[in-house]
Amino acid sequence: MSEQLIFERSRPGRRAFAQAPLTDSNGSVPENLQRHDRPTLPEVSELQVVRHFTRLSQRNFSIDTHFYPLGSCTMKYNPRACNSLALLPGFASRHPLGPVSHGQGFLSCMYELQDMLKSVTGMQEVSLTPMAGAQGELAGVAMIRAYHLANGAAERDEIIVPDAAHGTNPATATMCGCTVREIPTDAEGDVDLEALRSVVGPKTAGIMLTNPSTLGVFERHITEIADIVHDAGGLLYYDGANLNAILGKVRPGDMGFDVIHLNLHKTFSTPHGGGGPGSGAVGVGERLKPFLPIPVVGKKDIDGQPVYSWLDEEDLPQSIGRLSGFMGNAGVLLRAYVYMRMVGKDGMKRISEFATLNANYLEARMQKAGFELAFPSRRASHEFIVTLKHEAKTLGVTAMDFAKALLDKGFHAPTTYFPLLVPECLLIEPTESETKESVDRFVEAMIEIKDEAMTDADKVKGAPYTLPVRRLDDVKAARHLNLAWKADRD
Amino acid sequence: MSELPGDLKYTKEHEWLRQEEDGTVTIGITDHAQSALGDLVYVELPEVGQEVESGGEMAVVESVKAASDVYAPIAGEVVAVNEELADDPEKINADAYGEGWIVRMQPTGEDEETMNPDEYQEFLDALDE
Repeated sequence: MSEQLIFERSRPGRRAFAQAPLTDSNGSVPENLQRHDRPTLPEVSELQVVRHFTRLSQRNFSIDTHFYPLGSCTMKYNPRACNSLALLPGFASRHPLGPVSHGQGFLSCMYELQDMLKSVTGMQEVSLTPMAGAQGELAGVAMIRAYHLANGAAERDEIIVPDAAHGTNPATATMCGCTVREIPTDAEGDVDLEALRSVVGPKTAGIMLTNPSTLGVFERHITEIADIVHDAGGLLYYDGANLNAILGKVRPGDMGFDVIHLNLHKTFSTPHGGGGPGSGAVGVGERLKPFLPIPVVGKKDIDGQPVYSWLDEEDLPQSIGRLSGFMGNAGVLLRAYVYMRMVGKDGMKRISEFATLNANYLEARMQKAGFELAFPSRRASHEFIVTLKHEAKTLGVTAMDFAKALLDKGFHAPTTYFPLLVPECLLIEPTESETKESVDRFVEAMIEIKDEAMTDADKVKGAPYTLPVRRLDDVKAARHLNLAWKADRD
Repeated sequence: MSELPGDLKYTKEHEWLRQEEDGTVTIGITDHAQSALGDLVYVELPEVGQEVESGGEMAVVESVKAASDVYAPIAGEVVAVNEELADDPEKINADAYGEGWIVRMQPTGEDEETMNPDEYQEFLDALDE
């Protein structure tokens, strides 16, 4: 049953008092800046507003309501305390242009967050400025580029990207003016070292790697890769997308990475998947310190008291610059701070241990139930890949059909058709938050769908049946965008 | 899977090449490639006159599942592109070896290694196990 737009419910003259506009009673807005035409807003009653948005919220397929094993996305529980503490008035009412002396509490939290991130990643310095994962990537590669330019090596403009990489990696390299050299992955999911050796050289700027990779396995040759790239004069960039798998266990800095971005919203407790706001904090090793995006939070001791301040162009003259008006998304950074303080050092280990335990348990059960694993010889990291190519070939039921049928059974679908290397794949990430019971129920649902596919393939191909909308026309959606309601103005 | 046209050469990147009588080479992606990609929604074409290196990016095909680079199987100059794909990328899904052609090139160097239809079929069978 589709929900009418709230604009479609509008009837002239209806009013909702709770949503009445504020009037400028004290005359603080100058006459020439006041609007005189009415905004185009729906005219509805208060109860209509309440019902409309309550119904929409009930249709939200979210981590708060359902198991959400969306591979590569780490859809884990975000503790409520992280949000409520980030909303304390001292944080939420702080104006970013207010004097630094009025924001010492906030700045001290940010300074400690930088420190905690250094410690968990093994990097030397951290900047919290990037506002999202993609911006963190951009900052990371821009720093690599700035490093080579500062060393008079402008010709180093090639970024090596394994074919298993996230699509954002080659996009980032291109945005930074670099050329992408793609290298293949071997049959066991590791980077092909021979191919790597054959592409590194005097033009190499660096390599972008995710470890564990998007194939759900740990890159076993990482120190060898680091040596090959460093010996060729290049730097190593770590995509922090899969950090949840190794938290507290292995550190990218120890693996030899020179720069790393972290999706704080993902690994450290901000609800995500809705398009932001996010945080793509970056960490760097010794070589890239001068190039960090500003501002960074600094600390001085004055008369035995810690005093926090912004480090800007004066302190970091070689910085790649500013990425946002202030310093990232304060709310996301505060949630990450609270989360890290709550779980502590030992908690970090438990996160990765349970994330990998859940993934390996689920993987083993799926294999036992007759599903084919993409990398059966490898232990899963925090996620793993099932390929449904035999089901697609013999039953005509594709990974997408399984994904849709799972929705009817009360599960968010795993990631479909990514990574691109594996045909008809589902990338499944249960996270540390799920109980054994919910993981078991997921396996049972997959078995039920497979049984249905063998007896009545068309039924599975018609799924979903129980959601507000049935199978969507992806092609039409991509080619004929219809994103915004437009008013019929006079 | 449909029969592979006998007059074409094929690459491991799932492209096909047809030697035209005027010395140019027409290039597209194979039926296997379009089927793996799924319904195409967008094709980015090179400029006519553009020089392309062998193995370099030549076009981008985007489907509901993924965006993929199409690599040039030969070095050459682009002499024609299939403009109709801009409005109608599904032509590749419907007729990969015919109306779904992507570019025509004037070769300027050696071919990358290509396969004949039998070899490509074997290659596909091996992928399928």
